Amino acid sequence: MVPESQYVAVSAVLFTIGVIGVLIRRNPLVVFMSIELMLNAANLALVAFGQRHGTVAGQALALFVIAVAAAEVAVGLAIIVSIFRVRRRLSIDELSLMRW
Amino acid sequence: MSQLAFWILALIAVASAAGMVARRNPIHSALLLAINLAAVAGFYLMMRAEFLFIIQLLVYAGAIAVLFWFAIMVLIPGKDELSPDPLRPQRWLAIPLAGVLLLLVGAALRSGLFRGPTRGPAGGSETLYAMLLTDFLLPFEVTSFLLLAALVGVIALAKRRAA
Repeated sequence: MVPESQYVAVSAVLFTIGVIGVLIRRNPLVVFMSIELMLNAANLALVAFGQRHGTVAGQALALFVIAVAAAEVAVGLAIIVSIFRVRRRLSIDELSLMRW
Repeated sequence: MSQLAFWILALIAVASAAGMVARRNPIHSALLLAINLAAVAGFYLMMRAEFLFIIQLLVYAGAIAVLFWFAIMVLIPGKDELSPDPLRPQRWLAIPLAGVLLLLVGAALRSGLFRGPTRGPAGGSETLYAMLLTDFLLPFEVTSFLLLAALVGVIALAKRRAA
């Protein structure tokens, strides 16, 4: 048996890679993929902690996260497609219209 | 044996994630993301979370990855990042900061979360189904409503305006 702490360690590494992706990439699609990576790492940690505490509640929560992530990807990609239709360019630094 | 499988999966997961962030072409990033999601599905299988394994493959590695590919094929925005980055100094700040984050998370995890024995094996998929329809019934129904709202919202957003 693999101890749960190893799964959580992999999850922490994946989450950090996702953070780096959000910080250094300029293509909104790749930023979006990095966010998916972070959600996925959080799911892995949820399931590992659930196994550790002898409950399937972690798996149930991960299931909800997956459903929300699917809705988020659909809406987010629709927004990106609409922005691309208007601007014809995609760079996350140019999308500052709503920034304070 | 399971340790060997774990390390192989961990290597695939971390390498594909790093490649996803590093590749310039977003279509390569999307392919590597699918590989990463499949590796995480393997972790679920090793943790005896069979239902989540199937859902991960169907929803994440299936639907979400295809949605990304579709968006990239439609948009083809691959050349924008070849121009020089106006915020390049921030990039060299980002990686040390992410390292600090990893150190902090590691310190939090080492501070006693994993002391003591595991509290027995979790139930199988039957327990999960029962829990979804009893303890988590309200979130379950709210999720279905959320998916419906997302469906309507996406159609409204993506529909091309007439004239």
